[in-house]
Amino acid sequence: MNLPMVQRILGLMLLIFSLTMLPPVGVALFYGDGHWQPFLAAFLIVATIGLVLWFPVRRVRRDLRLRDGFLVVAVFWIFLGLAGATPLLITDVPALSFTDAVFEAVSGFTTTGATVIVGLDALPRAILYYRQQIQWLGGMGIIVLAVALLPILGIGGMSLYKAETPGPMKDQKLTPRITQTAQALWTIYATLTLLCAAGYWFAGMSLFDAIGHAFSTLSTGGFSPHDASFAYFDNAAIDLIATIFMFLGGASFALHFTAIRGHDPRAYWRDTEFKAYFWLVATVIGGSAVYLWLMGEFETFALSLRHAAFQVVSMQTSTGFLTTGFAHWPGALPAFLMLLTLVCGCAGSTAGGMKVIRWLIVFRQGVAELKRLVHPSAEIPVKLAGRPVPQRVISGIAGFFAMYFVVFAVLMFLLMMFGLDQVTAWSAIATSINNVGPGLGDVALTFRDVPDSAKWVCTVAMLVGRLEIFTLVLLLTPAFWRR
Amino acid sequence: MKIIILGAGQVGSTAAYQLSREQANDVTVVDTRDEILRDLQDRLDIRTVSGNAAHPGVLEAAGIGNADMIVALTSSDEVNMIACQVAWTLFRTPTKIARIRSGDYHRRPELFGEVAIPVDLAVSPEQLVTDYVERLVRYPGALQVLDFADGRVRLVGMRAVKGGKLVGHQLRELRAHIPNREVRVAAIYRSGQNIKPKGDTTIAEHDEVFFIAARDDIRAMMKELSTEEAPVHRVVIAGAGNIGFRLAQALEDRAQVKLIERNAERSRRAAETLRNTLVLTGDAADEELLLEENIDDTDVFVALTNAEEANILSAMLAKKLGARRVMALINKPSYAELMEGGSIDIAISPQTITIGALLAHVRRGDVVRVHSLRRGAAEAMEAIVHADNRNSPVAGKRIDQISLPEGTTIGAIVRGEQVIMAHHDTVIAVDDHVILFLTDRRHVEEVGRLFQAGTRA
Repeated sequence: MNLPMVQRILGLMLLIFSLTMLPPVGVALFYGDGHWQPFLAAFLIVATIGLVLWFPVRRVRRDLRLRDGFLVVAVFWIFLGLAGATPLLITDVPALSFTDAVFEAVSGFTTTGATVIVGLDALPRAILYYRQQIQWLGGMGIIVLAVALLPILGIGGMSLYKAETPGPMKDQKLTPRITQTAQALWTIYATLTLLCAAGYWFAGMSLFDAIGHAFSTLSTGGFSPHDASFAYFDNAAIDLIATIFMFLGGASFALHFTAIRGHDPRAYWRDTEFKAYFWLVATVIGGSAVYLWLMGEFETFALSLRHAAFQVVSMQTSTGFLTTGFAHWPGALPAFLMLLTLVCGCAGSTAGGMKVIRWLIVFRQGVAELKRLVHPSAEIPVKLAGRPVPQRVISGIAGFFAMYFVVFAVLMFLLMMFGLDQVTAWSAIATSINNVGPGLGDVALTFRDVPDSAKWVCTVAMLVGRLEIFTLVLLLTPAFWRR
Repeated sequence: MKIIILGAGQVGSTAAYQLSREQANDVTVVDTRDEILRDLQDRLDIRTVSGNAAHPGVLEAAGIGNADMIVALTSSDEVNMIACQVAWTLFRTPTKIARIRSGDYHRRPELFGEVAIPVDLAVSPEQLVTDYVERLVRYPGALQVLDFADGRVRLVGMRAVKGGKLVGHQLRELRAHIPNREVRVAAIYRSGQNIKPKGDTTIAEHDEVFFIAARDDIRAMMKELSTEEAPVHRVVIAGAGNIGFRLAQALEDRAQVKLIERNAERSRRAAETLRNTLVLTGDAADEELLLEENIDDTDVFVALTNAEEANILSAMLAKKLGARRVMALINKPSYAELMEGGSIDIAISPQTITIGALLAHVRRGDVVRVHSLRRGAAEAMEAIVHADNRNSPVAGKRIDQISLPEGTTIGAIVRGEQVIMAHHDTVIAVDDHVILFLTDRRHVEEVGRLFQAGTRA
């Protein structure tokens, strides 16, 4: 363990992060809502802490080991929750308790989008903007941003990148230098966000809403400056733009990079995971639209298609925007959409969940086992795009599934012990660990009314889910700390 | 520069390490072995691609479309050649370097060229290592002998030994010791630490001294640093592989050479080709055999088999039995560091030797020769001052006017046939070959920039 180096990087990253408190100051001054003090104060506090961490060890120059990378990422995300909560805690509009402020910040950074605040429309612009911005930073990952900005991270950057980006196979770099890879990802992310904001603006949102929603669309976050989320606009064009960009945010950004660099949109079609993701989304949308129409939930098929498409993509990509909401939808749909969040988007996307590729591989592994029952001596490799998946990856995924469900079950039982009913408990954990936002039962719209203890459990679930279980659980294992 | 390295073996990994340390290079490594690639990518900031290095699809995935150079270092000569062919025919890659081991290919240089097999530089590690060992044998006492300007200038590294005339004296006395000869001490390492050589620096026993001199002045300088070494008469070589065989061939007319090879078939073939060498079939770590062959009277014992552990052990044994100087071929840098200067006099590291040849091609500007020293920590290079370099920060300047990075010294200048030792008032002219020594290899890019063609300072 290389603690001085870990401390140095944590300090540096907090310094970088403190800068993100400045845009809300600008927003406050621009709109004249007078709410710039909390952010300036938070900036000074976080920057001071960063400086205090960094200064004593500023000259330490050593390579980060793989292990240090996990430690940096896990600790930084915990710091991030606390540092991000600072301005929310300082401000008196809304007056949030410590629990609520941390819940809101973590929900923002992990792109969950569950909120404890009701009455958003009346809040100062600066606060609203800040909520959208932390979603955007958390989407591609603020550590990936740090790797893009700090070339000194060099080799260590790879271990940080690996610990923060989601997916089972992250050895694939897009470019030889990790800094360039991180820069490329952020550039694509920022460009798509810009396009999305422009689309919203043309479709009729105000500039503030357009930028704010673009932030939480591409990051598949789900915060909205309005209590009513997308129902506030009730605009088919806006719903369509949101659906498209949520879908793009749920696809792999490495794939976007390949397609853009090669000027070849067919790259999408060559990617097995993307195809599976596309067909899954398309099938569920089609099925839900027909079902909703048949059950008479909406008057016309067009309307049920619009809402089904929006709501399905919103859940599947772990965004969690709502138009009509789905908790009251008929039959199995609410539970089904909730379960769909276990699959979520692609590896290397901003979406949460277990990722399409893991399910795809597990499913194919299952099929292979079936075949093996019939032909016991057959050699049946699990293939992806015509290439066999290494055994190491398959067993890694098996381990991930096991860990995921253990963590899921333990957290869910905790919620029930704190007095939540079954539906609320399982959907709250599903929505938190998969970074979605809305749940069912008491947490269909907001987490305001659940007890503080349950909020803390959900906060942990969001962090565990964002860092894909292992990064955080690893820190609890004795093997990690053994020298 | 975008560089694709094919093959992640010893030389490939070392090349990837050395090249990726320079910020200007983007390195991608191709190999068929996933585990090795994963390891490498964890340690270095590079990209890796798994697959057959000669397949166009794999090369494309490695980004050959806009690569500036491919370096083919797989274990197969044929794969290396085909990879270069594919790179040139399909992607027009500007620079193609291949490792070609087999002497058969090297004997027909017309094979390589744009109309034949498009390899710009065919590196033969065996030949490089053979030349290296041969130079060491020629200068007993030297730890390292490196050529510049076709061998007219050499950089010699050696350890100061009690009895050397300069040992215990200040450097400025050198001129009085050897008048009419010019030598530049480029670097001194005392117990691993670099000391800047100045006029009043005193040479101590066990110092590792690097000096640059014209070929004819080397012996005189070596006498200053150690007691006179008797010329080498008796050499024992262990291992009749490519390197051992070639070394025997190179030395057999000047010294009495014995070649020990375990494999009977191979020793018979070596004996058939060699004229003046005594080829022995047996184990080089066999005490009886070594004693039988008068190991205690041997000037140099060189272990050059494929097994580095066996090389280390047989060299240690030979030293114990009384061989004057022992050398062993050691691939693993950690082993080399462990053994050198202790139980073994010189550890020969094939990858360090090969890397030098590669580095010269990778460097921008006009660097014609690079030698990697002290396991890659230091470097010596030869660069040309070009005519089109009108605003050159070097041409037309006196040496003390040039702002060189910390730890960098200009050792010598080769102007046409003439070798000029550098003094503070020497003026550098266009077309000069300048020989530099860098104690800190991190300044390589800065130095390269000084000599880059067409820079406007």
